[in-house]
Amino acid sequence: MNMQIVMLLGQDGVTNGAVYALLALSIMLVFSVTRILLIPQGEFVAFAALTMAAMQSGRAVQLGWLVFALAVVATLMDAAKVWRSKGREPWPHGTLGLLAVAALALVLTKVLPLDRIGMFAQALLTIALVVPLGPLLYRVFFQAIAAAHSLVLLIVSIAVHVALVGTGLLMFGPEGGKTEPFSDAFFEIGPAMIASQTLWVIAATLALMGGLWVFFGKTLYGRALQATAVNRLGAELVGISPDLAGRASFTLAAAIGVLSGILIAPITTIYYDSGFIISLKGFVGAIIGGLTSFPVAALGALFIGQAEAFSTFWASSYKEVIVFTLLLPVLVWRSLAHTRVEDEE
Amino acid sequence: MTALAPTTPPLLSVRDLSVSYGPIEAVSGISLDVPEGHIATVIGPNGAGKTTLLSALMGILPSRGAITVDGVETSSPTIARMIAAGIALVPEQRALFATMTVEDNLVLGGFRRHRDPHYDADETLRDVYGRFPRLWERHRQLAGTLSGGERQMLALGRALMGKPRLLMLDEPSLGLAPLVVRDVFQIIAELKRTGVSILLVEQNARAALKVADHAYVLELGRVAMEGPAAELADDPRIVAAYLGKTSRHQEMLTA
Repeated sequence: MNMQIVMLLGQDGVTNGAVYALLALSIMLVFSVTRILLIPQGEFVAFAALTMAAMQSGRAVQLGWLVFALAVVATLMDAAKVWRSKGREPWPHGTLGLLAVAALALVLTKVLPLDRIGMFAQALLTIALVVPLGPLLYRVFFQAIAAAHSLVLLIVSIAVHVALVGTGLLMFGPEGGKTEPFSDAFFEIGPAMIASQTLWVIAATLALMGGLWVFFGKTLYGRALQATAVNRLGAELVGISPDLAGRASFTLAAAIGVLSGILIAPITTIYYDSGFIISLKGFVGAIIGGLTSFPVAALGALFIGQAEAFSTFWASSYKEVIVFTLLLPVLVWRSLAHTRVEDEE
Repeated sequence: MTALAPTTPPLLSVRDLSVSYGPIEAVSGISLDVPEGHIATVIGPNGAGKTTLLSALMGILPSRGAITVDGVETSSPTIARMIAAGIALVPEQRALFATMTVEDNLVLGGFRRHRDPHYDADETLRDVYGRFPRLWERHRQLAGTLSGGERQMLALGRALMGKPRLLMLDEPSLGLAPLVVRDVFQIIAELKRTGVSILLVEQNARAALKVADHAYVLELGRVAMEGPAAELADDPRIVAAYLGKTSRHQEMLTA
Protein backbone atom coordinates (compact mmCIF):
# COMPACT_ATOMS: atom_id res chain seq x y z
CA MET A 1 0.00 0.00 0.00
CA ASN A 2 1.72 3.14 -1.16
CA MET A 3 0.98 6.82 -0.76
CA GLN A 4 -0.88 6.98 -4.03
CA ILE A 5 -3.36 4.32 -2.98
CA VAL A 6 -3.84 6.00 0.39
CA MET A 7 -4.62 9.27 -1.35
CA LEU A 8 -6.99 7.56 -3.73
CA LEU A 9 -8.87 5.76 -0.99
CA GLY A 10 -8.86 8.88 1.16
CA GLN A 11 -10.43 10.76 -1.69
CA ASP A 12 -13.14 8.14 -2.05
CA GLY A 13 -13.68 8.27 1.68
CA VAL A 14 -14.07 12.02 1.71
CA THR A 15 -16.56 11.92 -1.16
CA ASN A 16 -18.68 9.23 0.43
CA GLY A 17 -18.29 10.79 3.89
CA ALA A 18 -19.51 14.15 2.62
CA VAL A 19 -22.67 12.57 1.23
CA TYR A 20 -23.21 10.59 4.46
CA ALA A 21 -22.78 13.82 6.42
CA LEU A 22 -25.51 15.46 4.35
CA LEU A 23 -27.83 12.51 4.93
CA ALA A 24 -27.00 12.50 8.65
CA LEU A 25 -27.94 16.18 8.78
CA SER A 26 -31.21 15.48 7.03
CA ILE A 27 -32.13 12.54 9.27
CA MET A 28 -31.39 14.57 12.39
CA LEU A 29 -33.36 17.54 11.11
CA VAL A 30 -36.47 15.47 10.38
CA PHE A 31 -36.19 13.54 13.63
CA SER A 32 -35.82 16.59 15.83
CA VAL A 33 -38.70 18.46 14.19
CA THR A 34 -41.17 15.60 13.73
CA ARG A 35 -39.87 12.66 15.88
CA ILE A 36 -39.97 10.59 12.66
CA LEU A 37 -36.91 8.49 11.88
CA LEU A 38 -36.87 9.01 8.15
CA ILE A 39 -36.06 5.54 6.82
CA PRO A 40 -37.13 6.55 3.27
CA GLN A 41 -34.37 9.19 3.22
CA GLY A 42 -32.31 6.89 0.99
CA GLU A 43 -35.11 6.60 -1.57
CA PHE A 44 -34.76 10.31 -2.37
CA VAL A 45 -31.08 9.59 -3.13
CA ALA A 46 -31.72 6.48 -5.23
CA PHE A 47 -34.70 7.94 -7.11
CA ALA A 48 -32.73 11.07 -7.98
CA ALA A 49 -29.70 9.10 -9.18
CA LEU A 50 -31.81 6.65 -11.19
CA THR A 51 -33.92 9.43 -12.70
CA MET A 52 -30.78 11.21 -13.86
CA ALA A 53 -29.41 7.93 -15.21
CA ALA A 54 -32.67 7.14 -17.04
CA MET A 55 -32.68 10.59 -18.63
CA GLN A 56 -29.09 10.24 -19.84
CA SER A 57 -29.60 6.78 -21.25
CA GLY A 58 -32.74 7.88 -23.04
CA ARG A 59 -35.11 5.57 -21.13
CA ALA A 60 -38.57 6.76 -20.12
CA VAL A 61 -38.77 8.51 -16.74
CA GLN A 62 -41.72 7.12 -14.76
CA LEU A 63 -41.19 8.89 -11.43
CA GLY A 64 -43.48 11.73 -12.48
CA TRP A 65 -46.49 9.39 -12.30
CA LEU A 66 -45.80 8.50 -8.66
CA VAL A 67 -45.34 12.13 -7.65
CA PHE A 68 -48.45 13.19 -9.53
CA ALA A 69 -50.52 10.37 -7.99
CA LEU A 70 -49.37 11.33 -4.49
CA ALA A 71 -50.17 14.99 -5.21
CA VAL A 72 -53.69 14.04 -6.28
CA VAL A 73 -54.19 11.96 -3.11
CA ALA A 74 -52.83 14.79 -0.93
CA THR A 75 -55.17 17.29 -2.60
CA LEU A 76 -58.15 14.97 -2.05
CA MET A 77 -57.16 14.56 1.61
CA ASP A 78 -57.01 18.33 2.05
CA ALA A 79 -60.37 18.71 0.31
CA ALA A 80 -61.92 16.07 2.59
CA LYS A 81 -60.54 17.86 5.65
CA VAL A 82 -61.95 21.22 4.58
CA TRP A 83 -65.28 19.64 3.68
CA ARG A 84 -65.57 17.76 7.01
CA SER A 85 -64.90 20.94 8.98
CA LYS A 86 -67.79 22.55 7.07
CA GLY A 87 -65.65 25.40 5.84
CA ARG A 88 -64.31 26.38 9.26
CA GLU A 89 -60.84 25.13 8.38
CA PRO A 90 -59.11 27.24 5.77
CA TRP A 91 -57.85 25.54 2.63
CA PRO A 92 -54.27 24.56 3.52
CA HIS A 93 -51.44 26.24 1.65
CA GLY A 94 -49.00 24.32 -0.44
CA THR A 95 -50.71 21.18 -1.67
CA LEU A 96 -52.18 22.82 -4.76
CA GLY A 97 -48.76 24.25 -5.56
CA LEU A 98 -47.27 20.77 -5.24
CA LEU A 99 -49.96 19.40 -7.55
CA ALA A 100 -49.07 22.04 -10.14
CA VAL A 101 -45.33 21.31 -9.87
CA ALA A 102 -45.96 17.55 -10.09
CA ALA A 103 -48.18 17.95 -13.17
CA LEU A 104 -45.69 20.24 -14.87
CA ALA A 105 -42.74 17.92 -14.12
CA LEU A 106 -44.72 14.93 -15.40
CA VAL A 107 -45.54 16.68 -18.65
CA LEU A 108 -41.94 17.85 -19.10
CA THR A 109 -40.56 14.32 -18.64
CA LYS A 110 -42.93 13.13 -21.35
CA VAL A 111 -42.40 15.83 -23.99
CA LEU A 112 -38.74 16.88 -23.63
CA PRO A 113 -35.94 15.00 -25.42
CA LEU A 114 -34.42 14.19 -22.04
CA ASP A 115 -31.09 12.79 -23.22
CA ARG A 116 -30.30 15.96 -25.19
CA ILE A 117 -31.24 18.78 -22.80
CA GLY A 118 -27.88 18.87 -21.02
CA MET A 119 -26.83 17.83 -17.56
CA PHE A 120 -27.87 21.05 -15.85
CA ALA A 121 -31.44 20.88 -17.16
CA GLN A 122 -31.57 17.18 -16.31
CA ALA A 123 -30.54 17.98 -12.75
CA LEU A 124 -33.15 20.73 -12.46
CA LEU A 125 -35.89 18.43 -13.74
CA THR A 126 -34.76 15.73 -11.31
CA ILE A 127 -35.01 18.22 -8.46
CA ALA A 128 -38.49 19.26 -9.61
CA LEU A 129 -39.52 15.60 -9.69
CA VAL A 130 -38.10 14.34 -6.40
CA VAL A 131 -38.32 17.31 -4.01
CA PRO A 132 -42.18 17.42 -4.01
CA LEU A 133 -42.04 13.78 -2.94
CA GLY A 134 -40.87 14.95 0.53
CA PRO A 135 -43.82 17.15 1.56
CA LEU A 136 -46.25 14.81 -0.24
CA LEU A 137 -45.05 11.79 1.76
CA TYR A 138 -45.49 13.82 4.93
CA ARG A 139 -48.99 14.98 3.95
CA VAL A 140 -50.25 11.58 2.86
CA PHE A 141 -48.63 9.26 5.42
CA PHE A 142 -47.58 11.24 8.48
CA GLN A 143 -49.59 14.43 8.98
CA ALA A 144 -52.66 12.73 10.39
CA ILE A 145 -50.62 10.72 12.90
CA ALA A 146 -48.08 13.43 13.76
CA ALA A 147 -49.01 13.25 17.44
CA ALA A 148 -48.82 9.46 17.64
CA HIS A 149 -46.28 7.51 19.66
CA SER A 150 -42.82 7.59 18.07
CA LEU A 151 -42.96 3.81 17.67
CA VAL A 152 -46.01 4.19 15.44
CA LEU A 153 -44.18 6.82 13.44
CA LEU A 154 -41.23 4.46 13.05
CA ILE A 155 -43.46 1.62 11.85
CA VAL A 156 -45.13 3.86 9.26
CA SER A 157 -41.73 5.14 8.23
CA ILE A 158 -40.50 1.59 7.59
CA ALA A 159 -43.70 0.78 5.70
CA VAL A 160 -43.30 3.83 3.48
CA HIS A 161 -39.70 2.82 2.81
CA VAL A 162 -40.67 -0.72 1.81
CA ALA A 163 -43.46 0.54 -0.43
CA LEU A 164 -41.15 3.05 -2.10
CA VAL A 165 -38.46 0.42 -2.76
CA GLY A 166 -41.12 -1.75 -4.45
CA THR A 167 -42.35 1.21 -6.48
CA GLY A 168 -38.72 1.92 -7.35
CA LEU A 169 -38.31 -1.54 -8.82
CA LEU A 170 -41.45 -0.98 -10.86
CA MET A 171 -40.32 2.44 -12.11
CA PHE A 172 -36.62 1.91 -12.72
CA GLY A 173 -36.30 -1.84 -13.20
CA PRO A 174 -33.69 -4.08 -11.58
CA GLU A 175 -30.70 -2.68 -13.51
CA GLY A 176 -28.41 -0.19 -11.86
CA GLY A 177 -27.74 3.25 -13.21
CA LYS A 178 -24.72 5.49 -13.34
CA THR A 179 -24.48 9.00 -14.78
CA GLU A 180 -21.84 10.98 -16.59
CA PRO A 181 -19.40 12.86 -14.32
CA PHE A 182 -19.98 16.63 -14.18
CA SER A 183 -16.53 17.08 -15.73
CA ASP A 184 -13.71 14.71 -16.64
CA ALA A 185 -10.84 16.85 -15.45
CA PHE A 186 -8.21 15.57 -13.01
CA PHE A 187 -5.91 17.70 -10.95
CA GLU A 188 -2.48 16.65 -9.87
CA ILE A 189 -1.65 17.72 -6.33
CA GLY A 190 1.65 16.30 -5.14
CA PRO A 191 1.58 12.54 -5.59
CA ALA A 192 -2.19 12.38 -5.92
CA MET A 193 -4.65 12.72 -8.73
CA ILE A 194 -7.80 14.49 -7.56
CA ALA A 195 -10.89 13.78 -9.63
CA SER A 196 -12.90 16.89 -10.29
CA GLN A 197 -16.03 14.98 -9.27
CA THR A 198 -14.57 14.80 -5.74
CA LEU A 199 -14.18 18.55 -5.71
CA TRP A 200 -17.75 18.93 -6.96
CA VAL A 201 -19.05 16.78 -4.12
CA ILE A 202 -17.04 18.64 -1.49
CA ALA A 203 -17.97 22.07 -2.87
CA ALA A 204 -21.66 21.20 -3.15
CA THR A 205 -21.71 19.71 0.35
CA LEU A 206 -20.05 22.78 1.86
CA ALA A 207 -22.39 25.10 -0.07
CA LEU A 208 -25.45 23.18 1.07
CA MET A 209 -24.32 23.17 4.69
CA GLY A 210 -23.58 26.88 4.49
CA GLY A 211 -27.01 27.48 3.03
CA LEU A 212 -28.68 25.48 5.78
CA TRP A 213 -26.64 27.31 8.40
CA VAL A 214 -27.89 30.64 7.06
CA PHE A 215 -31.44 29.28 6.82
CA PHE A 216 -31.53 28.04 10.41
CA GLY A 217 -29.53 30.89 11.92
CA LYS A 218 -30.81 33.93 10.10
CA THR A 219 -34.31 33.42 8.73
CA LEU A 220 -37.60 33.45 10.63
CA TYR A 221 -38.76 30.17 9.08
CA GLY A 222 -35.45 28.51 9.88
CA ARG A 223 -35.73 29.62 13.48
CA ALA A 224 -39.33 28.44 13.55
CA LEU A 225 -38.24 24.94 12.48
CA GLN A 226 -35.48 24.99 15.09
CA ALA A 227 -37.99 26.11 17.70
CA THR A 228 -40.30 23.21 16.85
CA ALA A 229 -37.37 20.85 17.38
CA VAL A 230 -36.50 22.44 20.74
CA ASN A 231 -39.98 22.73 22.22
CA ARG A 232 -43.01 21.48 20.33
CA LEU A 233 -45.61 22.98 22.69
CA GLY A 234 -43.82 26.32 22.78
CA ALA A 235 -43.68 26.40 18.99
CA GLU A 236 -47.37 25.65 18.69
CA LEU A 237 -48.20 28.34 21.24
CA VAL A 238 -46.42 31.03 19.22
CA GLY A 239 -48.36 29.95 16.13
CA ILE A 240 -45.87 27.70 14.32
CA SER A 241 -48.10 25.06 12.76
CA PRO A 242 -46.76 21.53 13.29
CA ASP A 243 -48.12 20.57 9.85
CA LEU A 244 -46.09 23.30 8.24
CA ALA A 245 -42.97 22.40 10.21
CA GLY A 246 -43.36 18.74 9.23
CA ARG A 247 -43.76 19.53 5.55
CA ALA A 248 -40.87 21.97 5.61
CA SER A 249 -38.51 19.46 7.22
CA PHE A 250 -39.54 16.75 4.74
CA THR A 251 -39.00 19.20 1.87
CA LEU A 252 -35.49 19.92 3.12
CA ALA A 253 -34.86 16.19 3.58
CA ALA A 254 -35.96 15.48 0.00
CA ALA A 255 -33.85 18.36 -1.31
CA ILE A 256 -30.77 17.11 0.53
CA GLY A 257 -31.47 13.59 -0.71
CA VAL A 258 -31.81 14.71 -4.34
CA LEU A 259 -28.57 16.65 -4.26
CA SER A 260 -26.77 13.71 -2.65
CA GLY A 261 -28.17 11.44 -5.35
CA ILE A 262 -27.09 13.74 -8.17
CA LEU A 263 -23.63 14.05 -6.59
CA ILE A 264 -22.93 10.35 -6.13
CA ALA A 265 -24.64 9.07 -9.30
CA PRO A 266 -21.45 9.54 -11.38
CA ILE A 267 -19.32 7.76 -8.75
CA THR A 268 -21.32 4.68 -7.78
CA THR A 269 -23.78 2.47 -9.58
CA ILE A 270 -27.12 2.95 -7.87
CA TYR A 271 -29.89 0.36 -7.86
CA TYR A 272 -33.55 0.81 -6.95
CA ASP A 273 -32.80 -0.46 -3.42
CA SER A 274 -29.40 1.18 -2.91
CA GLY A 275 -30.91 4.08 -1.00
CA PHE A 276 -31.36 2.19 2.23
CA ILE A 277 -27.74 1.17 2.71
CA ILE A 278 -26.56 4.69 1.82
CA SER A 279 -28.90 6.41 4.24
CA LEU A 280 -28.10 3.79 6.87
CA LYS A 281 -24.52 5.04 6.81
CA GLY A 282 -25.77 8.59 7.20
CA PHE A 283 -27.87 7.29 10.05
CA VAL A 284 -24.80 5.80 11.72
CA GLY A 285 -23.23 9.24 11.53
CA ALA A 286 -26.35 10.74 13.07
CA ILE A 287 -26.23 8.15 15.87
CA ILE A 288 -22.60 9.03 16.59
CA GLY A 289 -23.81 12.60 16.99
CA GLY A 290 -26.53 11.37 19.33
CA LEU A 291 -29.20 12.61 16.86
CA THR A 292 -28.59 16.08 18.27
CA SER A 293 -25.08 17.33 17.63
CA PHE A 294 -24.53 18.01 13.97
CA PRO A 295 -20.76 18.68 14.05
CA VAL A 296 -20.18 15.35 15.82
CA ALA A 297 -22.47 13.60 13.34
CA ALA A 298 -20.62 15.16 10.40
CA LEU A 299 -17.27 13.96 11.78
CA GLY A 300 -18.79 10.54 12.37
CA ALA A 301 -20.08 10.45 8.80
CA LEU A 302 -16.64 11.39 7.42
CA PHE A 303 -15.12 8.64 9.54
CA ILE A 304 -17.63 6.13 8.17
CA GLY A 305 -16.72 7.24 4.66
CA GLN A 306 -13.02 6.62 5.31
CA ALA A 307 -13.64 3.31 7.03
CA GLU A 308 -15.71 2.20 4.06
CA ALA A 309 -13.12 3.25 1.50
CA PHE A 310 -10.25 1.50 3.25
CA SER A 311 -12.16 -1.66 4.05
CA THR A 312 -13.12 -1.86 0.37
CA PHE A 313 -9.42 -2.08 -0.35
CA TRP A 314 -8.50 -4.55 2.37
CA ALA A 315 -11.52 -6.81 2.55
CA SER A 316 -14.07 -5.71 0.05
CA SER A 317 -16.57 -8.49 0.69
CA TYR A 318 -16.64 -7.52 4.38
CA LYS A 319 -17.03 -3.81 3.62
CA GLU A 320 -20.51 -3.36 5.12
CA VAL A 321 -19.75 -5.71 8.01
CA ILE A 322 -16.74 -3.64 9.01
CA VAL A 323 -18.57 -0.33 8.66
CA PHE A 324 -21.55 -1.35 10.73
CA THR A 325 -19.45 -3.19 13.31
CA LEU A 326 -17.76 0.13 13.98
CA LEU A 327 -21.07 1.31 15.31
CA LEU A 328 -20.86 -1.09 18.26
CA PRO A 329 -18.02 0.61 20.19
CA VAL A 330 -19.72 3.94 19.55
CA LEU A 331 -22.98 2.66 21.02
CA VAL A 332 -21.18 1.21 24.03
CA TRP A 333 -19.35 4.46 24.59
CA ARG A 334 -22.60 6.44 24.16
CA SER A 335 -24.49 4.35 26.66
CA LEU A 336 -21.67 4.52 29.21
CA ALA A 337 -21.10 8.24 28.78
CA HIS A 338 -24.80 8.99 28.79
CA THR A 339 -25.86 11.18 31.66
CA ARG A 340 -29.53 11.54 32.28
CA VAL A 341 -30.41 14.90 30.84
CA GLU A 342 -33.12 16.56 32.85
CA ASP A 343 -35.91 18.00 30.78
CA GLU A 344 -36.14 21.73 30.67
CA GLU A 345 -37.91 22.52 33.99
CA MET B 1 -73.23 32.90 44.37
CA THR B 2 -74.42 35.76 42.25
CA ALA B 3 -72.13 36.91 39.54
CA LEU B 4 -71.89 40.64 39.16
CA ALA B 5 -72.83 41.64 35.64
CA PRO B 6 -69.66 42.87 34.02
CA THR B 7 -69.79 46.41 32.77
CA THR B 8 -67.96 45.69 29.52
CA PRO B 9 -68.89 42.85 27.12
CA PRO B 10 -66.73 39.79 27.81
CA LEU B 11 -63.74 39.19 25.58
CA LEU B 12 -63.73 35.55 26.60
CA SER B 13 -66.88 33.82 27.71
CA VAL B 14 -66.99 30.17 28.70
CA ARG B 15 -70.24 28.26 29.22
CA ASP B 16 -70.60 24.81 30.70
CA LEU B 17 -67.08 23.63 29.83
CA SER B 18 -66.17 20.04 30.68
CA VAL B 19 -62.94 18.15 30.09
CA SER B 20 -62.52 14.42 30.57
CA TYR B 21 -59.45 12.24 30.79
CA GLY B 22 -61.05 8.94 29.77
CA PRO B 23 -63.83 8.23 32.30
CA ILE B 24 -62.60 10.88 34.74
CA GLU B 25 -64.04 14.34 34.44
CA ALA B 26 -61.28 16.77 35.45
CA VAL B 27 -63.31 19.89 34.79
CA SER B 28 -67.11 19.85 34.88
CA GLY B 29 -69.54 22.50 33.77
CA ILE B 30 -67.40 25.57 34.27
CA SER B 31 -68.69 28.97 33.19
CA LEU B 32 -66.59 32.10 33.40
CA ASP B 33 -66.12 35.51 31.77
CA VAL B 34 -63.13 37.74 31.18
CA PRO B 35 -64.28 41.25 30.26
CA GLU B 36 -62.07 43.35 27.99
CA GLY B 37 -59.24 44.99 29.94
CA HIS B 38 -59.96 43.06 33.14
CA ILE B 39 -58.04 40.52 35.14
CA ALA B 40 -59.97 37.42 36.10
CA THR B 41 -58.30 34.91 38.35
CA VAL B 42 -58.96 31.25 38.97
CA ILE B 43 -57.67 30.09 42.34
CA GLY B 44 -57.90 26.72 44.00
CA PRO B 45 -55.85 23.91 45.44
CA ASN B 46 -53.55 21.59 43.56
CA GLY B 47 -55.45 19.18 41.33
CA ALA B 48 -58.58 21.33 41.17
CA GLY B 49 -58.38 21.35 37.36
CA LYS B 50 -56.89 24.80 36.85
CA THR B 51 -54.24 23.80 34.32
CA THR B 52 -56.70 21.48 32.59
CA LEU B 53 -59.09 24.41 32.24
CA LEU B 54 -56.46 26.60 30.57
CA SER B 55 -55.32 23.75 28.31
CA ALA B 56 -58.90 23.24 27.14
CA LEU B 57 -59.39 26.97 26.56
CA MET B 58 -56.21 27.08 24.46
CA GLY B 59 -57.30 24.08 22.41
CA ILE B 60 -54.54 21.80 23.70
CA LEU B 61 -57.11 19.43 25.23
CA PRO B 62 -60.45 18.54 23.67
CA SER B 63 -63.45 19.80 25.62
CA ARG B 64 -67.24 20.02 25.59
CA GLY B 65 -69.13 23.27 26.04
CA ALA B 66 -69.06 26.69 24.42
CA ILE B 67 -66.07 28.99 24.27
CA THR B 68 -66.88 32.44 22.92
CA VAL B 69 -64.12 34.83 21.97
CA ASP B 70 -65.19 38.35 21.07
CA GLY B 71 -68.70 37.17 20.22
CA VAL B 72 -67.61 34.25 18.04
CA GLU B 73 -68.65 30.94 19.53
CA THR B 74 -66.73 27.76 19.04
CA SER B 75 -66.59 24.38 20.68
CA SER B 76 -63.43 22.35 21.28
CA PRO B 77 -61.21 24.82 19.43
CA THR B 78 -57.77 24.11 17.95
CA ILE B 79 -54.64 25.90 19.11
CA ALA B 80 -54.34 27.63 15.74
CA ARG B 81 -57.88 29.08 16.05
CA MET B 82 -57.35 30.37 19.56
CA ILE B 83 -54.08 31.99 18.52
CA ALA B 84 -55.81 33.56 15.53
CA ALA B 85 -58.48 34.91 17.90
CA GLY B 86 -55.73 36.74 19.81
CA ILE B 87 -55.33 34.45 22.80
CA ALA B 88 -51.91 33.64 24.21
CA LEU B 89 -51.08 31.08 26.87
CA VAL B 90 -48.04 31.15 29.10
CA PRO B 91 -48.02 27.55 30.30
CA GLU B 92 -46.85 26.44 33.70
CA GLN B 93 -43.70 24.84 32.29
CA ARG B 94 -43.04 28.08 30.28
CA ALA B 95 -42.19 26.02 27.12
CA LEU B 96 -39.29 28.28 26.17
CA PHE B 97 -36.84 27.47 23.37
CA ALA B 98 -34.06 26.66 25.80
CA THR B 99 -31.21 26.25 23.31
CA MET B 100 -32.02 29.47 21.47
CA THR B 101 -31.16 33.02 22.48
CA VAL B 102 -33.49 35.28 24.44
CA GLU B 103 -33.89 37.46 21.37
CA ASP B 104 -34.73 34.50 19.11
CA ASN B 105 -37.35 33.40 21.62
CA LEU B 106 -38.91 36.86 21.54
CA VAL B 107 -38.76 37.18 17.74
CA LEU B 108 -40.52 33.82 17.42
CA GLY B 109 -43.18 35.09 19.80
CA GLY B 110 -44.24 37.36 16.94
CA PHE B 111 -44.38 34.46 14.47
CA ARG B 112 -48.15 34.36 14.40
CA ARG B 113 -48.20 37.91 13.08
CA HIS B 114 -45.32 37.60 10.61
CA ARG B 115 -47.66 37.97 7.65
CA ASP B 116 -49.61 40.82 9.21
CA PRO B 117 -48.71 44.03 7.33
CA HIS B 118 -49.60 46.16 10.37
CA TYR B 119 -47.25 44.24 12.64
CA ASP B 120 -43.89 45.89 13.28
CA ALA B 121 -41.66 43.23 14.83
CA ASP B 122 -38.81 45.61 15.69
CA GLU B 123 -41.09 48.09 17.39
CA THR B 124 -42.81 45.35 19.39
CA LEU B 125 -39.42 43.97 20.37
CA ARG B 126 -38.30 47.41 21.61
CA ASP B 127 -41.55 47.67 23.50
CA VAL B 128 -41.00 44.31 25.24
CA TYR B 129 -37.39 45.20 26.06
CA GLY B 130 -38.68 48.46 27.52
CA ARG B 131 -41.03 46.52 29.72
CA PHE B 132 -38.41 43.95 30.71
CA PRO B 133 -34.99 45.68 30.74
CA ARG B 134 -33.51 42.48 32.16
CA LEU B 135 -34.29 40.65 28.93
CA TRP B 136 -32.42 43.30 26.95
CA GLU B 137 -29.39 42.82 29.22
CA ARG B 138 -29.53 39.11 28.47
CA HIS B 139 -30.72 39.22 24.86
CA ARG B 140 -27.81 37.20 23.50
CA GLN B 141 -27.89 34.59 26.27
CA LEU B 142 -29.49 31.19 25.72
CA ALA B 143 -32.93 30.96 27.27
CA GLY B 144 -31.95 27.80 29.16
CA THR B 145 -29.31 29.70 31.13
CA LEU B 146 -31.74 32.22 32.63
CA SER B 147 -32.88 32.22 36.25
CA GLY B 148 -36.43 31.22 37.13
CA GLY B 149 -37.70 34.79 37.31
CA GLU B 150 -36.02 35.73 34.06
CA ARG B 151 -37.56 32.71 32.36
CA GLN B 152 -40.98 33.82 33.52
CA MET B 153 -40.27 37.29 32.16
CA LEU B 154 -39.14 35.77 28.86
CA ALA B 155 -42.27 33.60 28.69
CA LEU B 156 -44.41 36.70 29.30
CA GLY B 157 -42.37 38.74 26.84
CA ARG B 158 -42.63 36.05 24.18
CA ALA B 159 -46.41 35.95 24.61
CA LEU B 160 -46.61 39.75 24.41
CA MET B 161 -44.60 39.74 21.15
CA GLY B 162 -47.71 38.28 19.45
CA LYS B 163 -49.76 41.28 20.70
CA PRO B 164 -52.47 39.12 22.25
CA ARG B 165 -55.86 40.48 23.33
CA LEU B 166 -56.13 37.97 26.14
CA LEU B 167 -53.20 36.60 28.07
CA MET B 168 -53.72 33.36 29.97
CA LEU B 169 -51.13 32.82 32.69
CA ASP B 170 -50.72 29.45 34.36
CA GLU B 171 -49.14 29.78 37.82
CA PRO B 172 -46.75 32.59 36.91
CA SER B 173 -45.39 32.67 40.47
CA LEU B 174 -44.68 28.94 40.67
CA GLY B 175 -41.17 28.11 41.82
CA LEU B 176 -40.04 31.72 42.06
CA ALA B 177 -38.28 33.44 44.96
CA PRO B 178 -40.58 35.70 47.03
CA LEU B 179 -39.06 38.93 45.76
CA VAL B 180 -39.40 37.76 42.18
CA VAL B 181 -43.03 36.81 42.81
CA ARG B 182 -43.68 40.39 43.82
CA ASP B 183 -42.07 41.59 40.57
CA VAL B 184 -44.19 39.23 38.53
CA PHE B 185 -47.42 40.46 40.09
CA GLN B 186 -46.32 44.05 39.58
CA ILE B 187 -45.80 43.25 35.91
CA ILE B 188 -49.27 41.69 35.72
CA ALA B 189 -50.84 44.79 37.26
CA GLU B 190 -48.93 46.92 34.79
CA LEU B 191 -50.05 44.83 31.83
CA LYS B 192 -53.64 45.47 32.82
CA ARG B 193 -53.00 49.20 32.80
CA THR B 194 -51.84 48.93 29.19
CA GLY B 195 -55.15 47.32 28.23
CA VAL B 196 -54.27 43.60 28.07
CA SER B 197 -56.99 41.32 29.40
CA ILE B 198 -55.71 38.55 31.61
CA LEU B 199 -56.94 35.20 32.84
CA LEU B 200 -54.70 34.34 35.75
CA VAL B 201 -54.54 30.89 37.28
CA GLU B 202 -52.78 30.88 40.64
CA GLN B 203 -52.24 28.90 43.79
CA ASN B 204 -50.98 32.01 45.50
CA ALA B 205 -54.52 33.15 46.27
CA ARG B 206 -53.58 36.20 48.30
CA ALA B 207 -51.46 37.79 45.57
CA ALA B 208 -53.91 36.78 42.84
CA LEU B 209 -56.93 38.30 44.63
CA LYS B 210 -54.98 41.50 45.19
CA VAL B 211 -54.30 42.03 41.49
CA ALA B 212 -57.52 40.63 39.96
CA ASP B 213 -60.92 42.25 39.33
CA HIS B 214 -62.98 39.09 39.44
CA ALA B 215 -62.20 35.71 40.94
CA TYR B 216 -63.35 32.12 40.58
CA VAL B 217 -62.58 29.45 43.15
CA LEU B 218 -62.09 26.05 41.56
CA GLU B 219 -62.52 22.93 43.68
CA LEU B 220 -62.59 19.38 42.29
CA GLY B 221 -63.19 20.64 38.77
CA ARG B 222 -66.15 22.87 39.62
CA VAL B 223 -66.54 26.57 40.34
CA ALA B 224 -67.17 26.56 44.10
CA MET B 225 -67.41 30.31 44.52
CA GLU B 226 -67.08 33.42 42.40
CA GLY B 227 -67.30 37.15 42.78
CA PRO B 228 -65.36 40.40 42.70
CA ALA B 229 -61.84 39.70 43.90
CA ALA B 230 -62.00 42.26 46.69
CA GLU B 231 -65.18 40.68 48.11
CA LEU B 232 -63.79 37.17 47.94
CA ALA B 233 -60.63 38.29 49.71
CA ASP B 234 -62.84 39.25 52.68
CA ASP B 235 -65.14 36.24 52.50
CA PRO B 236 -64.69 34.24 55.68
CA ARG B 237 -64.77 30.90 53.83
CA ILE B 238 -62.01 32.00 51.49
CA VAL B 239 -60.02 33.43 54.36
CA ALA B 240 -60.32 30.16 56.24
CA ALA B 241 -59.52 27.92 53.30
CA TYR B 242 -56.96 29.90 51.31
CA LEU B 243 -55.78 32.93 53.22
CA GLY B 244 -56.39 32.10 56.86
CA LYS B 245 -53.52 29.96 57.92
CA THR B 246 -50.94 32.42 56.82
CA SER B 247 -47.60 30.82 57.15
CA ARG B 248 -44.52 32.94 57.35
CA HIS B 249 -43.67 31.76 53.88
CA GLN B 250 -46.99 32.99 52.50
CA GLU B 251 -46.53 36.29 54.24
CA MET B 252 -43.18 36.70 52.53
CA LEU B 253 -44.68 35.79 49.21
CA THR B 254 -47.19 38.58 49.33
CA ALA B 255 -45.21 41.15 51.29
